[in-house]
Amino acid sequence: MDDQQTGRPAPFAWPDADVSSVPYGVYTDRDLYALEQERIFRGPTWNFLGLEAEIPNPGDFKTTFVGDAPIILVRDADGAVNAMVNRCAHKGALVCFKPRGNVRELTCVYHNWVYDLAGNLTGVAFKRGVGGKGGLRDDFDQKDHGLQRLRVDIHRGLVFGTFSAAMPAFADYIGAELIASIDRVLIKPLRVLGYHSQILPNNWKLYAENNKDSYHASLLHLFHNTFGVVRPTMGGGIKLSDSGWHHLSYTQREALADDHIGKEKVRSMSESYKLRDSTMMQHTLELGDLVTNSIQTVFPTLVVQQILNALAVRQLIPRGVDRSELIWTVLGFEDDDADMAELRLKVNNLVGPAGLISMEDGCVGGWVQRAAKADPTARSIMPMGGRGIEPSQGSRVTEAAVRGFWKGWRECMGI
Amino acid sequence: MHGNLTVSHDLDADLVLRARVEALCAAYAHVIDDDRLEELPALFTDDALYRVQTRENHELGLPLALMYCDGSAMLADRVTAMRTANIFEPHVYCHSTSALRILRREGAGWRARSNFSIIRTMSDGESMVFACGKYLDLIVEVDGALRFRERVAILDLRRVDTLLVIPV
Ligand code: FES
Ligand SMILES: [Fe+2]
Repeated sequence: MDDQQTGRPAPFAWPDADVSSVPYGVYTDRDLYALEQERIFRGPTWNFLGLEAEIPNPGDFKTTFVGDAPIILVRDADGAVNAMVNRCAHKGALVCFKPRGNVRELTCVYHNWVYDLAGNLTGVAFKRGVGGKGGLRDDFDQKDHGLQRLRVDIHRGLVFGTFSAAMPAFADYIGAELIASIDRVLIKPLRVLGYHSQILPNNWKLYAENNKDSYHASLLHLFHNTFGVVRPTMGGGIKLSDSGWHHLSYTQREALADDHIGKEKVRSMSESYKLRDSTMMQHTLELGDLVTNSIQTVFPTLVVQQILNALAVRQLIPRGVDRSELIWTVLGFEDDDADMAELRLKVNNLVGPAGLISMEDGCVGGWVQRAAKADPTARSIMPMGGRGIEPSQGSRVTEAAVRGFWKGWRECMGI
Repeated sequence: MHGNLTVSHDLDADLVLRARVEALCAAYAHVIDDDRLEELPALFTDDALYRVQTRENHELGLPLALMYCDGSAMLADRVTAMRTANIFEPHVYCHSTSALRILRREGAGWRARSNFSIIRTMSDGESMVFACGKYLDLIVEVDGALRFRERVAILDLRRVDTLLVIPV
């Protein structure tokens, strides 16, 4: 298929009509990586930028990335949240080189150009030159030289940005069913408990796929089975958005006689197993149901996670064709009491770069990456649960959501 | 931000105490580097706190830890999980520890701080600097031997390469 946006030929042709098989070249091809920046990250997608709770006050900013593009997320004097490309309109230097802070305006230190918190250029050093010599010509209009803005949409304190003018609102992007599952988890004002960052030795898509791969969970991550975390009575399933791009995978346990949903009820999930101290497996039912695990993806690179009482958003940032960074923003609620604060810290032993049930995801993508580079035309297959993006109630033994990822990737890429 | 750094200078001259604390810190490093992790919990009191935290979270005053063991039993569970459940590419650490200072007495124990760097070598033979940072310790005497009542490892790094399974 030809490159729809630039007329260049796409560097790559999809071999089949469907998305149940993927050529390994998608993980190693540098031209495809560059095209992904244009067509996915700067294309028709909503990308996670941060949390409102990270920038509560006027002038608070944080820096982040959408694909390779460095981004400033800032709250302006009126309380509005703005997002701009972190690249000075003059010579392109990073305007903010610190990860976070509070500013009255944005000043590029290279030649001291100044922007307001909406990205408008408000000051140019030596604009009139010195002693009547040098400086800007009269036809230079500051209005034409602001920072590049992204559109912003906020849902339940999660801030998303898009480069695309034509995008529907975020809620329409992921659809009502998946909005409901975000709302199920983010029920109250959020508090950031901390950050993890993890370098994954693989192309970003291998981690994006891994999150949607509900098939591997009980096979690769043996902690569950070894320590009896998943009981045979557990149910669950996966849901896909109508587009197939986004998904939810969840596990739900059977009600027990002494469950009091919605009340402060702590239950150890592993009373009789091999852990000497099972407090990290305790679960306070705080969300009004018996769901123990809920992993939700927003195409291309966001995960919203509930694992017992460990809540987090994970943002995936590509760092070159064979490397990516995963940033975990670990959450609690503003009104957590001391016991809940302590429980969350303990449960977080299960997740993150050192997570007892998640650490394998840090290395498994690298194993694919190392094997994939030998032959870009050889292919993986994803036959579990059919060839399309059919949902699966009651079973997570399906690769439908991974196929949904590839459907989204092809639609964005025009490949 | 860096804990109470008040120093009592008379401890600098207590060379016997210093030698004993150094021996505990070296024992910790050797147990890890020689892959005798089953012996690690015994270097801690039963009620010990062991945390591995990034400097970023520590300095922002955020409580999240990479590893958080409240009691040596949780540390033992981490070792059990690593041996029986977790899957990762085999690798070893080599700790270098330095700049030990016994800062002051606290209760029946001593506050100490030291620096560390860890070279990680993978099974293919490649080594890299995996982490560096500082240990903030509370050390107590139990039955005539020194033990960690608290060991907080603050990592300068923000990004963990691939995964963290062996205690820092
Ligand atoms: S590059 Fe920013 S002012 Fe020159
Ligand atoms: Fe996984």
